This record gives sequence, structure tokens and C-alpha cells, in this order.
Amino acid sequence: MSTLAPLVLLAPLAGFLVNALFGRMLPRRVSGWVGAGSIGLSFVFALAILTQVIGGGHIDQTYFTWWSSGNFNVPFNLYVDPLSSLMILVITGVGFLIHLYSIGYMAEDRGFSRFFAYMNLFVFAMLLLVLSGNFVWLVVGWGGVGLCSYLLIGFWYDRPAAVLAARKAFVMNVIGDVGMVFAAFVIFLNLNVLDFSSVFSRVHQLPKGGTVITAICLLLLVGAVAKSAQLPLHTWLPDAMEGPTPVSALIHAATMVTAGVYLVARMHLLYDWAPVAATTVAVIGGVTALFAATIGTAQTDIKRILAYSTMSQIGYMFLAVGIGAYAAGMFHFMTHAFFKALLFMAAGNVIHAFHDDQDIRHMGLLRRGLPVTFWTFLIGTLSITGFPFITAGFFSKDEIIRAALSASGIEFVMGLAALLTAGLTAFYMFRLFIIAFGWEWLRDDPRHLHEALPIQTIPIVILAAGAAIGGYIPVANFLQPVFGHAADVGTLAFWGLALLTLVAAAIGFALAYMLYARRPEMAAAWRTRLGPIAALVEHKYYIDELYDRVLVRPGYALGRFFSNVLEPRVIDGAVNGVANFIMLESREWRTIQTGRVRSYGLWTLGGAIGIVALIAWTLGYLPFRSG
Amino acid sequence: MQIPAYSFLLLSGGMFTLGAVGFLVRRNPLVIFMCIELMLNAVNLAFAAMSRYLNSLDGVVFAFLVITVAAAEVVVGIAIIVQVYRAGRDMDVDELDLMKE
Repeated sequence: MSTLAPLVLLAPLAGFLVNALFGRMLPRRVSGWVGAGSIGLSFVFALAILTQVIGGGHIDQTYFTWWSSGNFNVPFNLYVDPLSSLMILVITGVGFLIHLYSIGYMAEDRGFSRFFAYMNLFVFAMLLLVLSGNFVWLVVGWGGVGLCSYLLIGFWYDRPAAVLAARKAFVMNVIGDVGMVFAAFVIFLNLNVLDFSSVFSRVHQLPKGGTVITAICLLLLVGAVAKSAQLPLHTWLPDAMEGPTPVSALIHAATMVTAGVYLVARMHLLYDWAPVAATTVAVIGGVTALFAATIGTAQTDIKRILAYSTMSQIGYMFLAVGIGAYAAGMFHFMTHAFFKALLFMAAGNVIHAFHDDQDIRHMGLLRRGLPVTFWTFLIGTLSITGFPFITAGFFSKDEIIRAALSASGIEFVMGLAALLTAGLTAFYMFRLFIIAFGWEWLRDDPRHLHEALPIQTIPIVILAAGAAIGGYIPVANFLQPVFGHAADVGTLAFWGLALLTLVAAAIGFALAYMLYARRPEMAAAWRTRLGPIAALVEHKYYIDELYDRVLVRPGYALGRFFSNVLEPRVIDGAVNGVANFIMLESREWRTIQTGRVRSYGLWTLGGAIGIVALIAWTLGYLPFRSG
Repeated sequence: MQIPAYSFLLLSGGMFTLGAVGFLVRRNPLVIFMCIELMLNAVNLAFAAMSRYLNSLDGVVFAFLVITVAAAEVVVGIAIIVQVYRAGRDMDVDELDLMKE
């Protein structure tokens, strides 16, 4: 296993190098298959690791020392346990399917090989993030995925909106990176080590719930919140939809944005030791879940709706890991990767069919033209809303809501928020489905929509299978060596809460059906009746505008002040003032250098007399001195 | 009869003043050199006199040093004067001010 773990990393890195260095020379077919194949190879290695992890394998292997200075050691070690092996399986598995899909989706694009180079680099950075066994390499991977996210959001660099979105995402992510780096500082300052195993074994030296451990966990949380687009650093994710759709599927739905969840789960020993920080995680998750779901109800861009649903679902995961239900959070991470990647890729097919139009109001009646996309999107929608038994989302989401509602205090309140979110999720997802895919199945379709290529539909069908039956994968048992036993709930509570969630989802569905399928005029009426509230939601609670007023504009004003006032007047003024003073003075003093020997002689004599006079004066031979 | 030390010092001071004033007012380099010699020897006289007066050889040693330096300085100085003369310039130190550049 200690040789397999680096191989998982090296395959995407090799794919990246081939496509980055020789991509322009390679034919598209080769470029695409190198990109997808390297991830496929990585997936095979990950499967091999899985078989050994199931057999109880667990390694923390150091391969080399990156640097060493005094007692500061940074090894390159990989940490493979059930948690990280689950992550790499999902990353490489779902990643492989998305790479396959991209071969079809990006076929017409100029930057074909560049796209695969970035995607492979992303997978490499993400795997590094997950497999790293110490904080330094974790930060390296963490920054790496942020960089790749930036590169891929701004992939179409001739679109101003894409470039702006990329910059926004990068800035927000760097806020998180800074939090991570500070967390690593504080850990090293207090524990003198940076590798996970030692940190985990020494964390109990710190006082439980003390300032230090709480500070560490909150700083880590800053990184997690930025990466996972949770409140208040969430605004970059909807804008990130400017990138190509496979990017949205891979990075901004299935993998990178869940890195925050992974981080909290990986550091669960730390969070168990800092209850305040853990509660903060839960509250951020619960509030974000509800907040994003409400925004999702009022958007009209198909990818943005999915982006807000991603935020909302990651909110669920944060809630889960915040209340200590780590296995439930990771379970939802896996099922979410299935159904959200599926939803995004299906949405990509629809967007292609409509020639890059993303407005759901222009779509409709897609069953005839795009049958595979239609049915798989329906499966994805059912899965995210938690349709019982035959969808994965039912099991994973229920587990989170159950865990939250079994808690007390603020966690219980967040559980109620999650329950409400379940209803809202059903509402906005079926609203999307009904408007975009069309409810009136039997009407004739005058348009000639074309289903996507098989290489785009086959990965979606595979993911649909995962989204349907993935709930039966015993993730909790698999993760038991890491997180221990989950608390048992009674059978009655189990079914009662499941029923409660179902009722919430059913109400959401019924509302969506009523408003958008049966009585569209009612939806319009409600829109006017809810006037200001609807406007608030449609404008995403004016968070972007708020940040613009509070941060961006004062930032620009400060910049203008610096460049127009401080720089020319104060800094340049001081520098130029000194220079001018010296120039003027030297112009005066220069005149004493006449080149005439006799004038120098006079100065010398005067100086000599002055020195003698000074000596005489200090020794008391001159009358002016009192002593 | 012991000649008092201050008379030597007066003579030395007078010679030095003569040399200094000569240095400042004359423009012929040769005369200026002679004035420098006068100042150096005024100092030498003071050294020698005080050496005798204080019964110490320190002053005499210093005087010898000054004589050596004066000899070396004259060699360099006369060489410069000769070069200037050969270059056809006037023997006027006020005209020789190119070193300020």
C-alpha cells in the first residue's frame, strides 16, 4: 500500500505534465484520453488501496523529508485510512467519469488540451490535499485546488464575466488559505509538530475547550468555509458557474467544495476537543443550508440553481460534522458527489442542446429530444430530494437530520432548519425540473433537440446508478475505524424522523407542482404578493451588494487615497524633499571648492587655528572659559 | 647663560607666521615651496628647543621625521613644477585650478 499511495498521486501529475508540455502537439483524441486515462489509472490504484483498507490496512508512510531546520521537520508523508481512501475513491471515480464526459463536452473547444491539463492538475492537487499526512502538504494541496479552480473558472479567458468570477473565487479562497496557514502556525507553536499522527496524539495535552484548541479549530474553519462556499464566504461559488460545466461538476460540486467537510472530519479529534468550534461548524452549516436553499427557489439560471443547491447540501455536511456525526457527513459527501455531478453533467447536455442558453424559462419539453438526460436528471432530482429507498440521498440526508434532531440546544434548532431545507430542496429542485424539463409530456415538440454523444451520456447513466443505489453502500461501517460507533437511535425514532423528512419533501414537491405545473398564473400572483421578500431572495439577500459597499468600494477608495494622496504627497514628498534639500545645499557648498591652492591653504590654516584655539579653550588658556 | 625657552618659541612662531602669510600671498610655486619649508623648519626649531629644554630626545626624533617628510615632499613638488613648466603654463598657482573638476 505504501507504494500504491504515491502512484495514485503520480498518475494525474503525469497526465498533467503530458498535456501541459506536449498538449499542443498531440491530436485531440490522444490529449483527451491521456487526461481521462490518467484519472482512470489513478482510480484503479485507489480501488487497490480500498481492498487493503477494508482488510484493516492503515498507513502513515514518510517518503522523504522536504526540509528540516532545527526541530522543524516537514516530511512528505501520506496518510491512508478509511476516510482518505473513501475520498480518493470518490475523487478519482467521479473525476474519471467527468473527464470522460469532458471529452465529448469540450470537443469543439480551442483549449482542449489546456482544459485536460488543468483538470489533471486539479485532481492531483485534490488527491494531495486528501492524502497528505501533515499540515504543510495539506496547505500545498489546499492552495493547489484553489489555483486550479481559478484557472478553470477563468478557462474562457476572453469572457470578462469568467475572468471576474475567477478572480473573486481566488480572493475568497486565499482568505481561507491564510486561515489554514495560521492554523498550522498555532499548531506548531503549541505542539511542536505538524504531522497528523503526532498532532492527534498530542492534542489532549491542550486544555479541552481552551483558547488554543478553539483558535486552531476556528482558523481551520476559516479555510473550510472559504473552500466549501459556506456563509459568509459563499459568494464566489454561484459566480464560479462561469467555468465550463464539467468543471462545475467536478470542482464546484463533487470534490473541491467538499474539502472543508473532509478537513473537519479529518480533524475530528481536534473538533471533539473544542466544542465551541464544533458548534460553530454546525451553525454555519445549518444556516447556509437554509439560506442557500431559499435563494435557489428564485433563480432562473440552471447552473446557478445547482450551485446554490450545492452550497445547501454542503451546509448539510457541515451540520453533520459539526454535531459529531462525521460518518453521516462523509456519507452525504459521497452520495452528493454522485447526484450533483450527475445533475451538473445533465445540465451541461441541456445547455449544449440550447446553444449555451442557461435560462430555464427558455427550456422545457426535453423528454423527447434528450431522453437519457431527462431520465437521469429526474433520478438526480429524486436523489437530492430524498425519495425513499431507491435513491441515495434519502439515506444520507436522513442520517444527518436524524443526528441533528437527536441533539439538543442550538444543534436541535439547526436540525429543524435542515428539515425545513429538505422541504425547500424538494421545492426548488422540482421547480427547476418542471420548468426546464417540462411537465406536459405529451405535447408535440417542434424543435429538433439532439441528445448528447454517448461519451457524455454513459458517465451520467453510471452516476445515476450511483445516485439511485449508492445509499446501500455501508459507508458508516467502513469509516468505523476512524470515527468509532455512531450513536444508535431507536427504530421508532428512525422511522418517525424519516417520515418527517418525507413529509417536508412531499410538501415542497406539491407546492412546486401546484405553482409551476398546474397553475403557473398562481406563481406569478404569489411573486407579486411577496414583492419585497421575493426581491430579497432573487437578489441573493443583497450579500454581493453588501460586500461591494462594505469591502470593495472602501477598498477602492483606500487605494485611490494611497495612489493619489499618500504616494505623491507623503512618500514621494519625503523622498523628493530630501533630494531637493541636498541639491540646494550642495549648490551652495560647491562654491568653496575653487581649485586654488591658496584658498585651500587659507581654509587649512583657519582650521588649524580653530583646532588650536579649541584645545587652548578646553585647557583653560583662553579668557572665555570660566573654569 | 641659559637662553630662555620662550625666545625660541617666539622665533619659531614668527617664522611660522612668515611662512603662512607667504604661502597665502605669493603666487609663484617656488616661493610657496620656500614658505612651506619655512613653516616646517619653524616647527623643527620648536621641537629641537623643547627637546633640549625638557631633556628628552622625543622632540629631536620628531624633527628628523619632519626633515625626511619635507625632503620627500619637495622632490614630488619640484617634479610637478617642472612638468607644469614644460607644459608651457604660467608659474602662477591661481591659474592651476583644473583639479577642481
